[in-house]
Amino acid sequence: MATEAQGEETGLVFHPLDQFIVKPLFGDMGDPVHWYTITNVTLWMALAVLAIIALFVFGSRGRAIVPTRTQSIGEILYGFTYKMVEDVAGKDAIKFFPYIMSLFMFILFANFLGLLPMSFATTSHIAVTAVLALAVFITVTVVGFVKNGVGFLGLFWVASAPLALRPVLAIIELISYFVRPVSHSIRLGGNIMAGHAVMKVFAGFAAIAAISPFAVLSITAIYGLEVLVAGVQAYVFTILTCVYLKDALHPSH
Amino acid sequence: MEGDIAQLGQFIGAGLAGIGSGAAAIGVGHVAGNFLAGALRNPSAAGGQTATLFIGIAFAEALGIFSVLVALLLMFAV
Repeated sequence: MATEAQGEETGLVFHPLDQFIVKPLFGDMGDPVHWYTITNVTLWMALAVLAIIALFVFGSRGRAIVPTRTQSIGEILYGFTYKMVEDVAGKDAIKFFPYIMSLFMFILFANFLGLLPMSFATTSHIAVTAVLALAVFITVTVVGFVKNGVGFLGLFWVASAPLALRPVLAIIELISYFVRPVSHSIRLGGNIMAGHAVMKVFAGFAAIAAISPFAVLSITAIYGLEVLVAGVQAYVFTILTCVYLKDALHPSH
Repeated sequence: MEGDIAQLGQFIGAGLAGIGSGAAAIGVGHVAGNFLAGALRNPSAAGGQTATLFIGIAFAEALGIFSVLVALLLMFAV
């Protein structure tokens, strides 16, 4: 890797992708067990989970008729996700609501916590998003076969198409089915990683005196865009999960 | 692979892959613009279609992100 040489050539004191390096927080570097201790990824994922638990435990503690601020945020998030599952995946997908709700909450909180200065964006790692996407993929495939048996293969055999076209369509549908976890994970990871790298690049420009006012203005604008992207990507991941779930429950086209 | 020619090709390839993200921007703009055109003709039906809008934007954007990923791989992983 020629990263250090490029950093010197362009005058950047840091590399835009340095922020994604996974570091163990405890132990010496030579110590063989230090990779089994807490890293910055596990720390920020745990913080996201703790934040979700705090929101819903403190939000639902009062159970007031007129909700407090914390309770109404919890109610809005719950109602929003419930309506999304009901509208997109159908009424019989409601029993998967806890899974989809936890996915949405985790991605949303991880995205927003990653936007704090000096924090670590856990969802920018393909390793994290790929596990989430593979879990969805395996769940959807298993649910499809359990619910419909062999009839789930009807998803690939388009009955409404002309007979001569069906084998071709079956290959295309099969490829698009197996590309799902790839695109599902890379969409989230790539968006968050690209956004954070762009912010670091503009932060590097701010060190150059002549263009620093422009750089500070544009980093503010990009930060605003990233707040939007963090919400939208969590929403998109969840709604695509609902779409895949609908395919598994009702495989006919 | 070593030498200046390999690095030249790497950088040119990364730049060419970057074009893909611009193309994805066109795609996302096309989706959102057409949604707005339809929504202004029938505003009462627009609210129920925002989920479809986001799904369309997500699919258009994913391919642009793939090209950015190819560019990043060419720059740092090859």
